[in-house]
Amino acid sequence: MKQTVLTVQTNEPIAKSVFKMTLTGDLSDVIRPGQFVNLKLDGFYLRRPISVCDKVGNTLTLIYKTVGDGTRALARYEKGKEIDCLTGLGNGYDAALSGDAPLLVGGGVGVPPLYWLARTLIAKGKRVTVILGFNTADEVFFENEFRALGANVVVTTVDGSRGTKGFVTDALAGLDYTYVYTCGPEPMLRALYRATKVDGQYSFERRMGCGFGACMGCTCKTITGNKRICREGPVLTRGEIVWED
Amino acid sequence: MGRLNVTLCGIELDNPVIPASGTFGFGYEFAEYYDINQLGTFSFKGTTAQPRFGNVTPRIAETPSGMLNAVGLQNPGVDRVLSEELPKLKKVFSKPVMANVSGFSVGEYVEVVEKLDADPSIGWFEVNISCPNVHGGGMSFGTDPKAAAEVTKAVRAATKKPIILKLSPNVADITAIARAVEDAGADGVSLINTLLGMRIDIGRRKPLLGNITGGLSGPAVFPVALRMVYQTAKAVKIPVIGMGGVSRAEDVIEMMLAGATAVEVGAANLVDPYACRDIIRDLPGVMDRYKIENLQDIIGGAIK
Repeated sequence: MKQTVLTVQTNEPIAKSVFKMTLTGDLSDVIRPGQFVNLKLDGFYLRRPISVCDKVGNTLTLIYKTVGDGTRALARYEKGKEIDCLTGLGNGYDAALSGDAPLLVGGGVGVPPLYWLARTLIAKGKRVTVILGFNTADEVFFENEFRALGANVVVTTVDGSRGTKGFVTDALAGLDYTYVYTCGPEPMLRALYRATKVDGQYSFERRMGCGFGACMGCTCKTITGNKRICREGPVLTRGEIVWED
Repeated sequence: MGRLNVTLCGIELDNPVIPASGTFGFGYEFAEYYDINQLGTFSFKGTTAQPRFGNVTPRIAETPSGMLNAVGLQNPGVDRVLSEELPKLKKVFSKPVMANVSGFSVGEYVEVVEKLDADPSIGWFEVNISCPNVHGGGMSFGTDPKAAAEVTKAVRAATKKPIILKLSPNVADITAIARAVEDAGADGVSLINTLLGMRIDIGRRKPLLGNITGGLSGPAVFPVALRMVYQTAKAVKIPVIGMGGVSRAEDVIEMMLAGATAVEVGAANLVDPYACRDIIRDLPGVMDRYKIENLQDIIGGAIK
């Protein structure tokens, strides 16, 4: 973890209520896809944890949805704005376990952390398939960006307004894959867990206090004991997940 | 003695800044960020006899200038604190540490204190009779003077180390509780624990916290905490540790002028892991600005 000041370069809407922000600065602690940063926003007491979408050189890409007062304020930040960030938080995905044909499954704003992962896996010569799940066509983003990386991309929408009608699990039939990497709402993670048999890594979301392991605000139970989603997570392996009702 | 030194229940501190229990774990993880030997001491995560998972999530909610927490005393239990957590701490911290203990019965407080008492790294016990997020223990001991005195007497008999009772602000008269624990043998009191509060998720029309209610902390509570420290310092002769929304060096000095011998810092650690380091760094400059030679001299300086 590192505390650093990042500078906003771009901040623009890319889908309904979804914004893409690029920032520059010291990213030396951002080392793995699936990690997150924790942003201190003016006028808000707690930081906002946002997953890393991509890192190239000293440029960080974040994609976030405006869901509350904090993210709505973030959407108004302009080029040149400096943000106090904690970087390099969370364990991130282990790309070494993918096998030859990993399947990446993202739901909504669970899609962004899969982008850097897909880029990493494709650079290693892996045959990557990506399922991107959204509710409606106006929420879809990054379909073309994943294609441009060379991934096989399937889009699903719940209402059928784009791609395959239904949930991400409705797109699994006929796909050949060695491993699953996923991030999205917990009901989606659970459905995917039940619908697949191969091993995988699942990224979870929890309301956090600190984001670096101090407050015990985001604890969950796992097969291997209690884990803090912010520190030992957000990525859990399939074998350690305990689904709570 | 240096300018920042204070003496807390017979043990000298290099400075009065103490990360509060529940915001600093068992210390060693913050040692990745800075040398925690810069601290006066710190109060480790509230420890109970048995391991506790704590409350259901969400456990955290934001508020204007603060936060609610309903963690519910998650901890590995006293045996693992002794066998796993304290050995890790000793590798990075060479000062006496404050052991925060909690219980659901008088007997549990005694059991935890007796087990920890033998560990030489523990300088003080901070006895939490004010956790608002557990049921059947915690705060129920801290809202009744008789029950608070009963816990104090039992813990007093279990250790010769200083015992500091951590008090709840969720009472009509905190000075009555403070006097009761003083009479029962407490060496000090620390206050305030968090103020009971809640938030509602408008979209879901449900309480935001899994536990429904939680404890409010952060800058929002600072004036309330300062007032209670002031009242308590006037009412008792034992040292008072002030806490509640302390975020900067100026807040430390206000707390001490109100009668605090030392000052705990809680929520600020969660927003900025370097908060305590920076407060200690800033203290001499702020003291110069206000012509304060030594912190020990200003304790209670604003009491009328």
